[in-house]
Amino acid sequence: MLADEEKREIDEELRKYDRKRAAAPEALKIVQKHRGWISNESLDDLARYLGMTTEELDSVATCYNLIFRKPVGRHRIFVCDSVSCWIMGYEPVLSHIRQRLGVEMGQTTADRRFTLLPIACLGACDKAPAMMVDDDLYVELSPTKVDEILDGYP
Amino acid sequence: MDKPLTQNIRLDREPLDIDEYERAGGYRALRKALQMSPLQIQQMVSASNLRGRGGAGFPTGRKWAAVPMGEKARRPKFLIMNADEMEPGTFKDRLLLEGDPNQIVESMIISGYAVEADVAYVFLRWAYKLAAARVTKAIAQAYEKGYLGKNILGSSYSLDIYVHTGAGRYMCGEEDGLLDALQGKRAIPRTKPPHSVTCGLWGKPTVVNNVETLVNVPHIVNNGPEWFRRLSRTEDGGTKLYGASGKVKQTGIWELPMGTTLGEIFHEYAGGMIDGYGFRGLLPGGASTSFMLEEHFDTQMDFTFPQQAGSRLGTGTLVVLDDKTCPVGMLLNLERFFARESCGWCTPCREGLPWIMRILGTMENGEGRSEEIGILQEHTWLLQLGHTFCALAPGAVMPLESALRYFRDDFDRHIREQRCPWR
Repeated sequence: MLADEEKREIDEELRKYDRKRAAAPEALKIVQKHRGWISNESLDDLARYLGMTTEELDSVATCYNLIFRKPVGRHRIFVCDSVSCWIMGYEPVLSHIRQRLGVEMGQTTADRRFTLLPIACLGACDKAPAMMVDDDLYVELSPTKVDEILDGYP
Repeated sequence: MDKPLTQNIRLDREPLDIDEYERAGGYRALRKALQMSPLQIQQMVSASNLRGRGGAGFPTGRKWAAVPMGEKARRPKFLIMNADEMEPGTFKDRLLLEGDPNQIVESMIISGYAVEADVAYVFLRWAYKLAAARVTKAIAQAYEKGYLGKNILGSSYSLDIYVHTGAGRYMCGEEDGLLDALQGKRAIPRTKPPHSVTCGLWGKPTVVNNVETLVNVPHIVNNGPEWFRRLSRTEDGGTKLYGASGKVKQTGIWELPMGTTLGEIFHEYAGGMIDGYGFRGLLPGGASTSFMLEEHFDTQMDFTFPQQAGSRLGTGTLVVLDDKTCPVGMLLNLERFFARESCGWCTPCREGLPWIMRILGTMENGEGRSEEIGILQEHTWLLQLGHTFCALAPGAVMPLESALRYFRDDFDRHIREQRCPWR
């Protein structure tokens, strides 16, 4: 069952479109915001609300990078691994993060604090290397700077 | 030098709010446009030689002229601003979205009027959080002022604008992929025709234009097509946002006359290489363009001349390769991106890109074999335009094909020495 708060936010999105299913990507993001990730159960709840089959909605959920079909940590670290950030040295920054957190790309720390994920070009190429933590963009990264940034996410 | 698109943008302060924007001449173009007929605006845009700034360079006037108009057109009609900027090495639309959000909204209202759109969407990249907040605010203020909603400024024209934030997929920048995403489906391309201008969102006429393309429209309406053509040094009208990233002295975005030479952008604006680094080559307009070399610095960067150098303008943002960075490693990075973002719909792209990626990976790991150069070359043909459903794979092989010509020695050295010489 979708919570009232979830329904209210999804209804707000539905106003933008002629058809209910058009709100699917946004609705997935709303449910994910409240529940952390999209479980099979969440998928069922939402599909029924949007008048889609669970399989149809899963085909949408698995298409997009930012819909999580597995549990993730409290904070998501997205390290830009595209060309300008590669030239400017994202790899040393990434290996520092991996060592510090003890996880590989795609994994979550044992305390469920962070999930480490790759992301395509963040459009901050002039200030590479760049990453996002949750909704916040950080640029001109170095290992020391990364330490300070991650300390701010309990 | 006229810089119409960025005249209000100052990087060190908040963007103009709607009152300041009006005092700077904003929304004057909308008032003027509403005194004209939609077809008159379309003709102005055609006469201005404005071409699509998303990378393909399709003439905007010609696209609009294909939209069914008047009573017989199926409604509602849609206008979509493609702000899903995700081409690696590209960050020009971010500047326009964050720097002058009211200009974004005004350009959409005038363009919407020109094609008689009933509803408009800003298809915005999820990562552009600041842009989303600023554009959303500018839309709300436009409603308060009567620039949006029913009977705009007392005219018979009505328009609603909504912001749609994507969920992250390169394919959404492709027109059909974008329309799929807006309709709540997986993003995959389709065969054409029908084109989206006649049969787009929910089968209705839909115009999709890039951010930088549309923000030119208010200035064309204000100053006329002749003025717009004079801004350019070549046949393609207007200014262009050029940029640079990599190991150059000055990274950033600069609004310059269309047709500014590659050498001017590189030397005068990007300031040349950082001391201690040498220049090898550059991708002139994002990941899916062919390398250009120093011998091409006289090329005027518009939609025609770079093709004589075997490349294309693309998005106009240079990605610079220096002499301390491995060209094979750079290719591996690029092809890994394309392989990951392939939607898997057609076989050449789904199978070909991971194969290219694996071969480049073995070369970088010191296990490359000489016959693999031929396999890479074969793929640059197999994945060409016409062999795939959309432009993703053809774009992916542009840097590869040109790198095999310009940096062949570097590939051979990887195989001969069985290691990456840069590591």
